[in-house]
Formats: sequence, structure tokens, C-alpha cells
Amino acid sequence: MSETTTVQVVEVKHAATHHEEHGHHEQSFISKYIFSMDHKTIGKQFLITGIVWAIIGGFFSVLFRLQLGYPEATFPILETLFGKWAKGGQIQPEFYYSLVTMHGTILVFFVLTAGLSGTFANILIPLQIGARDMASPFLNMLSYWFFFLAGVVMAASIFVQTGPASGGWTMYPPLSALRQAGDGQKIGTDLWLVSMALFVVSSLLGGLNYISTILNMRTKGMSMTRLPLPIWAMFFTAVLGVLSFPVLLSGAILLLFDRNLGTSFFLSDIVINGEVLPNEGGSAILYQHLFWFLGHPEVYIILLPAMGMVSEILSVNSRKPIFGYMAMLGSLFAIAILAFLVWAHHMFVTGLNPFLGSVFVLLTLLIAVPSAIKVFNWLTTIWRGNIRFTPAALFAIGFVSLFISGGLTGIFLGNSTIDIHLHDTMFVVAHFHIVMGVASMFGMFAGVYHWFPKMFGRYLNNTLGYIHFWVTIAGSYLIFWPMHYQGLAGVPRRYLDKRGWVNFNQFGELDKFITVVSIIVFVVQIVFVVNFFYSIYKGRKLRTENPWGANTLEWTTPINPGHGNWEGDIPEVHRWPYDYAKDGREFIPQTEPVGASESKH
Amino acid sequence: MQTLLISAILILFLVVVFQIAKASEYVAMIRGYENARKQSNKINAFLLLAFLVLGLIGVYYCNELLKDRILGEPASDHGVLVDRMLYVTLGITFVVFLVTQIALFWFAYKYQESDNRKAFYYPHNNTLELIWTVIPAIVLSVLVGFGIFYWFKITGPAPKDSMVVEVVGKQYGWEFRYPGADGILGKKYFKKVDAANNNPVGQLWEDPANHDDVYVEQEMHLVVGKPVQLVIGAKDVIHDVGLVHFRMKMDAVPGTPTTMWFTPKFTTKEMKVKTSNPDFVYEISCDQLCGKGHWSMRGIIVVETQEEFDAWLASKKPQYLVANPDKDPPQQKEIASAAPLAGAVIR
Repeated sequence: MSETTTVQVVEVKHAATHHEEHGHHEQSFISKYIFSMDHKTIGKQFLITGIVWAIIGGFFSVLFRLQLGYPEATFPILETLFGKWAKGGQIQPEFYYSLVTMHGTILVFFVLTAGLSGTFANILIPLQIGARDMASPFLNMLSYWFFFLAGVVMAASIFVQTGPASGGWTMYPPLSALRQAGDGQKIGTDLWLVSMALFVVSSLLGGLNYISTILNMRTKGMSMTRLPLPIWAMFFTAVLGVLSFPVLLSGAILLLFDRNLGTSFFLSDIVINGEVLPNEGGSAILYQHLFWFLGHPEVYIILLPAMGMVSEILSVNSRKPIFGYMAMLGSLFAIAILAFLVWAHHMFVTGLNPFLGSVFVLLTLLIAVPSAIKVFNWLTTIWRGNIRFTPAALFAIGFVSLFISGGLTGIFLGNSTIDIHLHDTMFVVAHFHIVMGVASMFGMFAGVYHWFPKMFGRYLNNTLGYIHFWVTIAGSYLIFWPMHYQGLAGVPRRYLDKRGWVNFNQFGELDKFITVVSIIVFVVQIVFVVNFFYSIYKGRKLRTENPWGANTLEWTTPINPGHGNWEGDIPEVHRWPYDYAKDGREFIPQTEPVGASESKH
Repeated sequence: MQTLLISAILILFLVVVFQIAKASEYVAMIRGYENARKQSNKINAFLLLAFLVLGLIGVYYCNELLKDRILGEPASDHGVLVDRMLYVTLGITFVVFLVTQIALFWFAYKYQESDNRKAFYYPHNNTLELIWTVIPAIVLSVLVGFGIFYWFKITGPAPKDSMVVEVVGKQYGWEFRYPGADGILGKKYFKKVDAANNNPVGQLWEDPANHDDVYVEQEMHLVVGKPVQLVIGAKDVIHDVGLVHFRMKMDAVPGTPTTMWFTPKFTTKEMKVKTSNPDFVYEISCDQLCGKGHWSMRGIIVVETQEEFDAWLASKKPQYLVANPDKDPPQQKEIASAAPLAGAVIR
């Protein structure tokens, strides 16, 4: 049934594009590359936009690491580049906090949400479920362009006279609600909120599309339990996004009201710079509930697609089925449910009722169980495999290592007793960078290396890929592992100069070291970017449709699939996607009917 | 000039890396992709093993280097509980860390691609999956149990004989109010805040409980061995009272008072000896981003004996008298300062 509907959809669209049989051959540049409705092109748009944002966000982190590593030094070049924001070659506090805020916002939302799930949901969902495009290609296109608009607004905020928002990526009021509180709280914060609202629209349009596509447009034989794991991961990600992003939108809008219309949703009892404000009765903590009701699912929105892709890549490159497919599904489901029930663990020290706190401790640590299941299943997947270390496979292994390291420190922070000491210290920074930031980044890199041949019909350069992997994993651990010690010493996060403190100034050498390593890691990311763009045009060409010997449907399409993906009929699916090493055969594609003598699993 | 040089070196480095990569591609083309792939597979498998070994050495070395720079003995009774929980968790998670990381990198090395091996078709095993669902669940239940037990101890009601201090955060500093002889913090209202007229926290002068309340800035004094309850608020934006040595932390939220209590174990003087740092002081750090001065929002706590504390407090004039000098006849002042302070209770 689903096959016939999609064919009809495509036919209608072809009729619309100049009544030609193969509309995509005759498309203008604008409809093919800019306002494209082809899910593959939209995916690439998300990816390339994400890469541009990642460079900007990463560069910001290099700037503030310079301040952290060398608080006493002056860098005249910075004054040349940034003028009053780096007076005398030193990063000014307002600038520092703007950099930190933009780094967080860009990386969390623009790179790891839009750049990661926007890219791979778009590219993989129709290709792996056997559909010609998304349920609504038009909404899908709008999803990208709302994201683009959000980016334009955010980029504009960097150039306003009072600078971009500087209230931290969480944008807690009253700081973010009061223009008097600092330069970054002026027009920059309004733009930040508008940008977020646009971003939520983009995310909802995308998410609804992903869900309806997965539920309705699977090819014949592709039952839900035959879906490859990346699709399941994208499905739960989209559900999380659809249910939680509106809550962020409400928080952002209420905050805009408080800032511009004189409401008191989050404001009460405020005296700032000697000025008594009239607001009474609001709750600053309410915003934190609204924010983290998105904010916590958000970390899983970032992590789940990476988990799904890593599962696929580890299985393909171990030449062995994923271990415990149903358990992987179950744990994805459990994580998705629990993701909604743990938000207040970010708020243990806000004065939250201790009993409520204890409930959130229980639920938070519960989430470690499905996480542990996933880790053990990945370990068992590579056990007794026959592993090919493509750059994608290496990044997938790196993901598992980082997910273990960062996940375990989550057990410290999820336990409210320990959180009292570690809350808002560098320990938290180290924890979420490893488990959410770097690990998801590794998932994204794994995905790019693995599906680049599908996207562009060429390979990425392997040697550059290996250099990229090894420097990045070593660098990530060198940066973030020792940072835990700063946190154990209680060094608060977002301190740009610790020399004035008796108890926090013992890490000067360590901060220099971390800064140097982060610059090296940043440079190596540039190597990746060069590799990426060079290989699009000059990379080694694919000679086979299925370069990795994988079972899933995307590798049954032509090397450079047109709009519509398959030239003839959409293939029919007869088995789950992980029949590797079965009955002495290296791999059995999903399209192959089950033989009479085949063993059952 | 220097920047130019560094940029030139960076660009040169990128070009060199890029050329090497391109050359390797040509070499692979000449020798055959399959051979090149197999060779790089061996190299990467070896590197994974090397990474494991070097990484574990690095973990040990990092600990040797930094273990003395994290905080020493906790300086409050709650801190003892926090540290115990922390080290139990550290022990358990470190074992899991070792087992899983070693398994990951060792499996990767051991099961690297080889022409002689066939991958083992092993899609699931219910017993195994049950084991590694149940064991983490049990271990985590233990951690949750202890964690919640300690959490309730720490966040439970303060002892009856606690002294009370009000802490107020503002951009960018700390203010404190002591309840004075009656042990009661007088009422306040934010619209009465008027620093120019000596009413920095907005006390209502018509409340008699306010008449003996003492206001100080930046430096809080506490009594060793005596429980203290902090009543925490903020004037402008959210701040956070971070007390690293006491292992305590609580947000200061405008409009929503919060509290925490603890018992300091050592005086500042004792800590100078314990840390062998003559400059040691207890510091209050703001742990919640509060604006451009967040990183420098520092307060000091002096922990001292009861006698020292009484003498210190007696030297302070109640804010009521500072704000209303006409109400400050000399005799009254002496009576106020001579009143006993011990046994102040919260009502």
C-alpha cells in the first residue's frame, strides 16, 4: 500500500515539474540546490550549514580557551579583530560570556540537533525505509529554511552594538529578562529568543515529517521490527522533539513577554543597580522547569541519532549482527520515556523540595540501566566479529568509549548528594562535553564517513580520516579528563580568571595545557572540513553501489540516486537488516527472500 | 608578526598533511586498494590497543599529578557524607570503567579483520541480556538508596539550636544579616531597599525584630562546631552560594527564599594549618552565571570560636541604629551589644 501511495506522490510532483518523466533532470539550479524538495539535498543542506556553524562555534571555544589558559597574556590580534570586545588584546568579561553562550547555543541546537538529526534523518529515513521522499517534501524544505532563518537571526545578533546574548545557553531569567543586567541582556537576548522560536518551528516541521514518514511510508515487507536501528533512533528523537520543543517555545515566548511587555512570569522582588522594579509574584524557577523539560530530552535528541548510527556502523563493520536488536529497541524506548521524567536533576540546588529531588534521583539513575544495556550490546556486537577499521568504524568505537566515560560521571551528578558539591563546577562541563558533545560529535563523524559515499558518490580520503580520528579522540580525553579534577576541587564553571581566588588558582598549568590541546583539536577539525569539501569534487569515485557490503536499502539505489531514489520499483523487504555472517554468508541484503533451508535466529 | 608566523605555520601544516593524504591515496592506487586497506586495518587495530594502554597510564599519571590539588578533608559534617558518597560512587564507576573500556579496545584489537576468521553469527542471548539489565539495576538501587538517605540528612530540618544568618546575593557581591539578640530576622520588603539611606536589604523598621539585626558585607563569621542555617535570597538575578570546603551549595533566587544548614568543623586558623597555606580563607563562590562579574563574585567566611565570634558581633552596630542615628542614645547601644547571643533560635 505504502509503495503505491509514494509512487503516486512522486508522479504528481513530476507532473508539476513541467510534465516531464524525470523532473529532476531538468530542474533549475534554484529548485535543485536551494529550494530543493529532495530529502537528500535537504539533508546535505543541513549538514553543510551544520559544518559552518560548527566551525564558528568551535572557533568561539578556542577564543575563550585562550582567556582561560592565558588570563594574564595579551593578544593584540584579538583587539584588531574584535575591537572593544578585546580591549588591549584581552577578552573582556562581557565578550567572554557572549562567546560561552554562543558556543553552547550553536553547538547544542544548530550543530548537534539540526546538523546531526536534520542531516541524517533526512538522508537516511526515506533511503532506509524504502520511500521516494518524505511524507511532505514541502514542509521538509520549510524545515530547513526556518533553520536557516534562525541562523540568520542568531548571526545578526553577533553583530549588534551591545553584542549577542550572554546569559548562558540556558538563558535563565531574571538575568536574561533584565536589560539593566548587562550589555548581552539588551537586544542580543531578544534576537536569541526570536532565533530559538524559529528554530523550534524548524524542528517541529522536521520532526512531524520524520514521524509520519516512518509510520506511513515504509516499503512492502518493511515491518517496524525490520527497521534499521538508525531509523528507530530518529523516530524516538523526533517524538522527543515534537513533545518537548513546544515547551521551550512557551518559555522563550513568556521570557520575551517579560522583557518587552512588562509581564511578571519569571520576575519578582527585584532591585537592580539600586532600581526597584515593580514586578511581583513571578517565579524565576518556573523558567528552569520549562527550559529543562526541553533541555533534558534535548540531550537525548542529540544522543539518540548518534546511538542509532553507531549501532548500524558497528554491525556493518564487524560483519556481524547487532547484538540484541529487541533490547536495543527496548532501551531506546526506555530512554525516550525516562528522558521526560528527569529534567529536575538540573535543579537539585535551586531550593527544589528535597522529596521531589529524591524522586528525580531515582528516575535519573534508572536511565543508566538502558544505557548500560546499550553499552554491553555494542561490546557483544564487536566480540568475535571480523572488524574493518574504516574511519566510520573507528569513530563508532570512539563513541562507545566516550559514552561509557561520560555516562559514568553522570552517575555522580544524578545523585543529588554528590551534585550538591559538583553542581555548576567544571566537573559538569567535563561530563556533558564528553557524553553529549564529543560523543554525539563522534556519532556524527561516524555517520558522515559511513554515508558520504551515498551522499556524494565519492569516498572521503581515508588517511585524513585516520588523522582526524586519532587526534580527536586523544585530544578529547586530554581536554576533558583532567577537567574533572578541577570540578572535584569545586572550581565553578564560567569563571574566566581564577587568579583572584585562594582555592581555585591551583590549575594554571592545567588550563594552559587544555588550551593548547583544544587548539590542536580545532585545527584537525579543519582538516576534516577540507577533506569533506575536497572529496565532494575530487574524492575517489565509487565503483559499486554497495561499498561497505551492507544489508540496508540505501545501498540498493544507484550510486548517484536522483529525486525518487530508485529508478524502477521500490525494492521489497524480506528480512531484518542485520543478517551478517549468517549461514556462512558474509552478508544478506534485506531485499533477498528468505531461503527454504535458511536457519532461524 | 607573531600571529602571522603562527598562521603561516598552520597553513603550511595543513598543506603538508593534505599532500601526505593525497600521496597515500596514489600509493593505495598503485598497490591495490584491498592491500592498502588490510594494512591500514592492522595499523589501526594496533593503535586501538596502544590507545588503551597509553590511556590507562595517562589516567594513572593524571591522578598522581592532580590528586593533591582537589579539596582535602571536608570542613563540615555534611561534607563528610558528600565525600563518602562520592568516593563510593568513584570506586564502583571506576571498576565499570576499567572493565568496559578494556573490553571495548581489547575486542577491537583481537577481532580485527583477518582472512582466517569468520564473524560469529550471534544475534541475541536472553540470559546475557537479563544479567546485564539486573546487575546494573541492583548496583544503581544501592547508590540511589545511600544517596537519598544522605540527601534527606543534609536537606532535613536544621537543629533547634542553629544560629541563623541571612545571605543576600547581588551583582556582584554578598550581604549578610545576623538576627541579633532576639534570634529573629526582622521582616523585609524589597521595595524598601534603599542603600543610600542605609537600608540595603529592605528591612521594615516598624518591625521591632529588626531593631537589633546586624548587617555586614562580603565577610560572614560563623562559630566552629555550631550548626548554622543560612536563609538565602538574591536582589537582582539568580546567584548561588557555593561553599566548596563545606561541600554545600544553594541557589539564591530573587523572590524565592531558600535555606541550607551545616556545621563547620574547623576554624579558619585550623584550616591554615591543615592546608599548610597561611593565606587560606573559606571562600563563597557564586556558582550560577549572574552577569559579567560572575567570576569575581567572591565572599569570605571566617570560622572562629564562640568567644571570638561574640566579640566580633558586639563590635557591629545594628543596622536600625545606623539608618536611624536619632534612635541611638549611648546607653541603649551598650545594652544591645551586651546581650547574650548564644541560643538564638529560628521562629
